[in-house]
Amino acid sequence: MLEPVSESALAQAVRGADGPLAIRGGGTRGGAPPRDGTVLSVAGLTGITLYEPGALTLVARAGTPMAEIDAALEAEGQRLAFEPWDARAVLGRDGVPTLGGCVATNASGPRRMVAGAARDSVIGMRFVDGTGTAVKSGGRVMKNVTGLDLAKLLCGSRGALGVITEVSLKLLPGIAATATLAADGLSPDAAVAAMSAALCTPYEVTGAVHDPAGPRTLLRLEGTEASVSYRADALARALSRHGDWRAEHGPGPWADLRDARDFAGGAGDLWRISLRPSDAPATVAALPGRWRMDWGGGLIWAEAPEGTDLRAALAGAGHATLVRAGADTHRALGTLHPEPAPVARLTDGLRARFDPRGLFSAHPGVPA
Amino acid sequence: MQMPTPDTAILSRRAAVLRRLAAALPEPALISDPAALRTYECDALTAYRCPPMAVVLPGSTQEVSACLRICHEEGVPVVPRGSGTSLAGGALPTADSIILGVSRMTEVLETSLADRIIRVQTGITNLSVSGAVEDDGFFYAPDPSSQLACAIAGNIAMNSGGAHCLKYGVTTNNLLGVTLVLMDGTVVEIGGGHMDAPGLDLLSVICGSEGQLGVVTEAMLRILPRPEGARPVLIGYDSSETAGQCVSDIIKAGILPVAIEFMDRPCIRATDEFSGAGYPDCEAMLIVEVEGSDPEIDEQLGIISQIARRLDPVELRVSGSAEESARIWLGRKSAFGAMGQINDYICLDGTIPVSELPAMLRGIADLSGRYGLEVANVFHAGDGNMHPLILFDANADGELEKAEELGAEILTLCVKVGGCLTGEHGVGVEKRDLMETQFDPADLEAQMRVKDVFDPGWLLNPAKVFPLSVSAGRRGIAAE
Ligand SMILES: Cc1cc2nc3c(=O)[nH]c(=O)nc-3n(C[C@H](O)[C@H](O)[C@H](O)COP(=O)(O)OP(=O)(O)OC[C@H]3O[C@@H](n4cnc5c(N)ncnc54)[C@H](O)[C@@H]3O)c2cc1C
Repeated sequence: MLEPVSESALAQAVRGADGPLAIRGGGTRGGAPPRDGTVLSVAGLTGITLYEPGALTLVARAGTPMAEIDAALEAEGQRLAFEPWDARAVLGRDGVPTLGGCVATNASGPRRMVAGAARDSVIGMRFVDGTGTAVKSGGRVMKNVTGLDLAKLLCGSRGALGVITEVSLKLLPGIAATATLAADGLSPDAAVAAMSAALCTPYEVTGAVHDPAGPRTLLRLEGTEASVSYRADALARALSRHGDWRAEHGPGPWADLRDARDFAGGAGDLWRISLRPSDAPATVAALPGRWRMDWGGGLIWAEAPEGTDLRAALAGAGHATLVRAGADTHRALGTLHPEPAPVARLTDGLRARFDPRGLFSAHPGVPA
Repeated sequence: MQMPTPDTAILSRRAAVLRRLAAALPEPALISDPAALRTYECDALTAYRCPPMAVVLPGSTQEVSACLRICHEEGVPVVPRGSGTSLAGGALPTADSIILGVSRMTEVLETSLADRIIRVQTGITNLSVSGAVEDDGFFYAPDPSSQLACAIAGNIAMNSGGAHCLKYGVTTNNLLGVTLVLMDGTVVEIGGGHMDAPGLDLLSVICGSEGQLGVVTEAMLRILPRPEGARPVLIGYDSSETAGQCVSDIIKAGILPVAIEFMDRPCIRATDEFSGAGYPDCEAMLIVEVEGSDPEIDEQLGIISQIARRLDPVELRVSGSAEESARIWLGRKSAFGAMGQINDYICLDGTIPVSELPAMLRGIADLSGRYGLEVANVFHAGDGNMHPLILFDANADGELEKAEELGAEILTLCVKVGGCLTGEHGVGVEKRDLMETQFDPADLEAQMRVKDVFDPGWLLNPAKVFPLSVSAGRRGIAAE
């Protein structure tokens, strides 16, 4: 295992590599098959290098534990907008989730539908490409259209284009109060209609989940005490046609929902389906196993018997990523959804340019 | 500003190229009459002009594809164009290029409130997108001040922002999918009604690529429900430092306004005279706007006012009604018009870390004194996106060049304090030659590799974004 402690040492390690590299942060998100090749750990590159609460910006090295970042933000009453999910429960891993892995998988939680994914909060990045060259893109300011936005391209690239070494993030003020509105007994159709109606109100719903076990439908409101109370009342009134809504104040089940703890230790493969909310009811009807909706129907967590190709059930609606499966299934079905030929040509072209020696070629390599 | 010498081999084949384009397009879609071409010789950066060889205005993605295929086969450069409001010369033609405009493609193709999305042809103006969903209580968030004229095509190409992006983000945060036509005519669908990319997030490099990667003909955009209401507070201070401090204090207090706008004395004076907004006589003025229901707005404006008062403002005016809000915004919204009345100006667009605001304003004042040219400042303070306006007299010999030099120094200073050359207007030709102040050769090389993949012949929007010396090798290959 290579564990450089500086970007220049990491670049040197890449230049010196004579075969495939498996990039690793904390090893907590690795869903894809274990790859041949030398482990290149980013865990040695740690530390918050800049934090300006008054400018809502933070810069940290890629190996910095997420917990360290969360703690620093909490001390200033701030937070990450994209609410990254922690994959450890679902994958049965221990280890320390790092910023690099979070960004490289574009991790995000229930708030993604309004606040964006990791890529929407990333305002700058440093990475080492497959030629062992350190590259920077973006910077530490919120608005920046200077040149092509490689920082966002690297978000969710799962190590295919380079090793992320440092990330700049845009932050949000923290949240004083949370309320959850819940309704029981809705069918998938009715639930999507209700969540959609909620998201069409001006009340800034930041979570919209439907669980067929129950069944229960949950909506989240966040803000100041007074504002959350006001909006909880107003939203319940606006949705009266869609069910009986009761409000509960307090953090609620959102951290567990974010991390998909309801699928921890489950049997079979686990998939994430990303689709248009209005396609969700028909899609869940065709699923072979347990499922739950997030993002108002825009995300479906779905379990399936081992080795089943869930993509066949999608009928063209959206795309599916394999989250938890055996190595054989990952290989046979592909971790990521296949791309149409013209898109795949662009993707392959980028990989060939950024990684001409194919060092990161076990794509999708999923660093943590 | 230098442009490459037009390729005489291409110019000599003009008639043949035009014949092929004419055959591929309906009658009015090809413009080749020299007088009519003048309309397309520049964008809103009017200091630079050059009529193109011809203009094509296709009416569909298929026609765009046909035009590009022909130009690709003929080796003719293509400059994509929306409404031509770029302030960076992004749509400036070269003499040997074809302008490909999407202005005839203005349809709304689909609206889904259930999915909170709208699909449009990209020639549609920014304001028309909001207009199309207004009656349903929705809006499209990125709101450049040019929104009446500028097209979604240009917004995507420049990753445009506006006064309200502190809360809602810029174009890239509100774009879900595009139909992109590559230089060889290949039509590529990227993204769609879903949220995350299945593989590499290609949308993120396409947005903001300034016409370097392909022609965007359709776009899937996120629309948002309109807030219940919005009201601003106007705060005046006797120093820019204090105003900067106030911005930082508001953000640290956990409030995220939709907009924090900053104007300095020269700008306050000019806009007040122009619009009669009744602005206070002071060094620096903030307009801070928040959204929500009336009680929510009152709560937030209450906290903001408390913070502002601690810093001893010379004026604090909380809007209590739509009329009062309109009056507060009146001057700010007419800022560019007002400055245009009294002078010619160059509008810069650098971004700086908010904490550097006071130092930056002092730096600008020093430079302004040294060059003997007045600079007025109006900008989005919440995100550090500055718009220094350099005032000069275009009729005076050498003043434009002097103003440009001053502009370059101010932008270089933005980079030096940790910021960037452009926050929302783009690089175009205007900031092309400054790119090396912000990026190392390796950074630019990585960006150019992306272009190599999308446009291997380097025919799209030539001589923009990358310094000519840096892209020379690649453009040389292209010419073979
Ligand atoms: C008075 C005024 C105020 C402004 N205020 C703001 C502001 O508040 N915020 C802000 O961000 N900008 C502002 N701008 C700048 C400008 O309006 C934006 O950059 C706008 O997005 C340009 O849109 P357009 O359709 O006019 O594009 P154009 O000027 O036609 O083109 C801009 C760039 O986009 C490329 N392009 C155009 N169409 C396509 C296509 N179909 N496919 C690929 N590339 C394409 C062009 O090649 C060019 O590089 C302002 C401009 C003016 C004149």
